[in-house]
Amino acid sequence: MTRSRITRLGVHAVLFAYVLLAILPILLVVMNSFKSHDAIFGAPLALPNADTFSLIGYQKVLAKSHAVTYFLNSMIVTLGSMFLVLLFGAMAAWALTEYKFRGSTLLALFLSIGIMVPIRLGSVAIVAMMRQSGLNDTLTALVLVYVAQGLPMAIFILSEFIEQIPKDLRDAARCDGVPETRIFFEVIAPLLRPAIATVAVFTMVPVWNDLWFPLLLTSSDSTHTITLGVQQFLGQYTTDWNSVLSALSLAILPVVVIYVIFSRQLISGLTAGAVK
Amino acid sequence: MLTDILTIMPTPSQVVAAMPRSRFIGLMLLFLGPAVAIYTLFSIYPLLATISLSTYSTGPTGDHIFVGLANFITLLTDSVWSKPFWNAFFNNLLLFLVHMVVQNPIGIALAGLLSLPALRFRATYRTLIFLPTMLSVVIIGFAWNLILSPLWGVAEGFLKAIGLGAWFAPWLGLPSTALVTLSLISVWQFIGIPMMLIYASLLNIPEELVDAARVDGLGQLRIFFHIKLPLILPTIGMVSILTFVGNFNAFDLIYAVKGALAGPNFASDILGTYFYRTFFGYQLQVGSPTMGATVATVMFLIILVGVCVYLFLVQRRMLRYTF
Repeated sequence: MTRSRITRLGVHAVLFAYVLLAILPILLVVMNSFKSHDAIFGAPLALPNADTFSLIGYQKVLAKSHAVTYFLNSMIVTLGSMFLVLLFGAMAAWALTEYKFRGSTLLALFLSIGIMVPIRLGSVAIVAMMRQSGLNDTLTALVLVYVAQGLPMAIFILSEFIEQIPKDLRDAARCDGVPETRIFFEVIAPLLRPAIATVAVFTMVPVWNDLWFPLLLTSSDSTHTITLGVQQFLGQYTTDWNSVLSALSLAILPVVVIYVIFSRQLISGLTAGAVK
Repeated sequence: MLTDILTIMPTPSQVVAAMPRSRFIGLMLLFLGPAVAIYTLFSIYPLLATISLSTYSTGPTGDHIFVGLANFITLLTDSVWSKPFWNAFFNNLLLFLVHMVVQNPIGIALAGLLSLPALRFRATYRTLIFLPTMLSVVIIGFAWNLILSPLWGVAEGFLKAIGLGAWFAPWLGLPSTALVTLSLISVWQFIGIPMMLIYASLLNIPEELVDAARVDGLGQLRIFFHIKLPLILPTIGMVSILTFVGNFNAFDLIYAVKGALAGPNFASDILGTYFYRTFFGYQLQVGSPTMGATVATVMFLIILVGVCVYLFLVQRRMLRYTF
């Protein structure tokens, strides 16, 4: 009995130590962003108190950068590409799993190439295409690339999910003479809601965090995303520690808040998607 | 009575089969058209166009001249190109090895602990350990850059406090340690992915197997190594290939912390940053789309070899263990 209790304590000690290792660096950055310049260097591990509390870094960041524009751009690009990935991905997954036709297996294989081969390797041609079509430096260009990037994984996950929906549902609708398009949009699509979390982990998070395509495809302040904006701001103001810590915290906090609210769905989505 | 109804009602597959051919084709175009069009146009076509561009060279008037495999020969034999290429390749290999040796064993260990029966605070541990994975590589890179900076002295102060002050060095700035330090930062951030994938597959192991072993008197540690670990080998194989593809395609972390020049003195240069410099140019060198396409094609071939090794060797051998 005592031996198992010691083992259990040991397990908690190891996990707790790892949790500290995982979150202390993030806490350290956020904590120091609320302190004055002297306190950041004088006592980096201390919590901000009445004497050391300062928002000077945040004031500078908001005055000197286009943080709000970048943030809105990231929202538009992420939500826009996620909506299209879910819509087109679900439609394609439904067609591939429900209607077997000649070449459907081959088409499924073709669509799965993108799971393993990163879209970045085609960057040279993507940049040329966007310049020729006049889409360079637009949010549309980013959305198109991210939809192409997210579709293969989304189709894979949604196909597995559609397979699990009982066949009786669609068959009953068919016997009632409901047209095929309405079967998908009114019977099947609402049932896919639990899969949204899984698809979101695999498409939304990488898009929000991506640095590569904004770097290649956007050149003006009005089209930068928050990840690229933070990267450029940090590169410019490396010596202004208040600004750097505040910019980092501004980029961390929204993600952490959304993550904490949805963590249960996100993690169950991740484990569900990983089963096979 | 019942059989009457069944013969009158058309079965669902008949409904689809009885559909006029043109309507069925129209339906498939509607459902598959948008996804296939966007994916082909912005993912597959650029990849093929890039591979094709790697066999061309830009002439003096800006037109493209077909040169066959000359670009590849230049990349692999002309020391101006080949020296940085092989440097980036071996650095990339080291990045991958650090992930395999550090990230995956720790990920497996954490998953093993998290899947222990009747563990309290399981969800909290899981959520917090996964947190860094959700953040952008740019943010993580800068945060660690600040923490390890001798200017701020947080890392140095911490090591002094536990009596290891003499060990401190500006790891990110030294050519000998920069790449390993960056690899460990990447491991620290992405450990959540192997942990979650392996945790999910541990939960899928049938309980009877574990119960039978417990009845036979095996402890948790032996159950893990003798029963669970062999059963999750396919997942470990999948984690390894995901790590391989991710590492040989990496760019963001090195660029965010070290810039396109991947300093000090190219010590942290990997294929992603080398590709970026070749394509866009840096300092005095002008960027070259055709040589950029050549580097991208070589990266594609490396990833292809890795995926083939996984599909034909690793996965086939592991199928024997699946349940």
